[in-house]
Amino acid sequence: MIKVTYVAQDGTATTIEAEEGTSVMQAAVSNDLDGIVGECGGSMMCATCHCYVDEAWAERTGERSSDEEEMLEGAADEVTERSRLSCQIRLQPGLDGLVVHLPEEQL
Amino acid sequence: MSQPGVLILGAGQGGLQAAISLRQAGYAGAVTLVGAEPGLPYQRPPLSKAYLLEGDADALALRPESFFTSKQVRYLPQTRAEEIDRTAREVRVSGPDGARRLPYEHLILATGTRNLRPPIAGLERALDLRTLADAAALRMVLAYPQRIAVIGGGFIGLEFAAVARKLGHEVSVIEAAPRLMGRAVSSAMSEHFARWHRAQGVGLHLGQPAIAVDAEGVTLADGAHVAAEFVLLAAGVRPNSELAEAAGLVISNGVMVDAGLRTSDPAIFALGDVACFPDPRTGAPVRLESVQAATDHARLIAARIAKGETADYAALPWFWSTRAIRNCRSPATPVRGRQRRSSPRGSLPGSTRAALPRSRPSTTRGCT
Repeated sequence: MIKVTYVAQDGTATTIEAEEGTSVMQAAVSNDLDGIVGECGGSMMCATCHCYVDEAWAERTGERSSDEEEMLEGAADEVTERSRLSCQIRLQPGLDGLVVHLPEEQL
Repeated sequence: MSQPGVLILGAGQGGLQAAISLRQAGYAGAVTLVGAEPGLPYQRPPLSKAYLLEGDADALALRPESFFTSKQVRYLPQTRAEEIDRTAREVRVSGPDGARRLPYEHLILATGTRNLRPPIAGLERALDLRTLADAAALRMVLAYPQRIAVIGGGFIGLEFAAVARKLGHEVSVIEAAPRLMGRAVSSAMSEHFARWHRAQGVGLHLGQPAIAVDAEGVTLADGAHVAAEFVLLAAGVRPNSELAEAAGLVISNGVMVDAGLRTSDPAIFALGDVACFPDPRTGAPVRLESVQAATDHARLIAARIAKGETADYAALPWFWSTRAIRNCRSPATPVRGRQRRSSPRGSLPGSTRAALPRSRPSTTRGCT
């Protein structure tokens, strides 16, 4: 199991354990974490699973694809260089302890 | 006895979203979600896309079982609503525990649609693609090489055709209208997708309705015959509005609702595919078959019930489609100046053709 911590805008941190291969979006949604919507179910067709990867993890989560980049332009909240669609980050052992920050809004 | 609370008929993505949003909005009353299908509420869109290829049913569940206990949402699967008693504010349902009456203070109709079965001889030979059970059966069909005919050149039929072709089957699509996806996209987009599907090796038969299905395939109105061992029916849907109609609610292409998504009975809302609501841009009644509309409706209804909000429905429609390797995001109806999603950059291209991509992977924006 791999741990991911989601930090809301008010500083509330929630740590979730999920199986390897699960996406950061799926882990949040299946644990009913408020703050990640994932409306299209991970098809990269909405931008409602937007998250900001913590600075310490930025390099390990990889690069945004061009499709992801384009979809992110539709995100409800500000997009920064650490913005990712959490459905595109797959949990693997190297990401155990990952920290992501949640935007104010997803819709 | 507990307060009647909110009763939601239909446990698709819209019905479930209503339950989720009610709790997120702090609604403390009882929430009951009634669904006809077995299992946990699941995502339908992947049934004609990723699920056909990968067959991972667990990945479709929208919320785990723990959600229903932790959020105190009573979920009644395999349960059918039989009658709405508006005077008593009760719905008669039947399910694994037999028949019973469920009281409500607010009723939300999220009953969706069912497949339209046009009057075509021998159509009982054709399978549908609507539920997880349908899709599971289709996966068995796709396990063996065969000639497949798809009746209906809309989103579902074409998505299925793309997957079947990718898996190496010989595939024909039969569409009664002169162009593909005629209800949803412009003729330029139709042509674009027709070229794309043909290039994948899918045979397209446009402008001729199917009139008969038999063991040899499908016969068209002009007498042509499309050979097929297997036939999929994907000729559109019809709103499940009979219960509402029998209860005396106003029906016209679905359950009529006002801008606040209320039916002609103020205790009853309707959302998603079954709801015919005023288009936020024109006021004209419109019914959309789209996840986004259903979940947006659900959020608005939840805010009205839980917080007494009075805002009207104003979201602009969009939907998405995947053709095996190709994605398309489209406004559900022609729209300009969309700020989000369907045109993330803030304006739609003036010319659809100019916006059409030629290479994969591609995302087509501003499809109309």
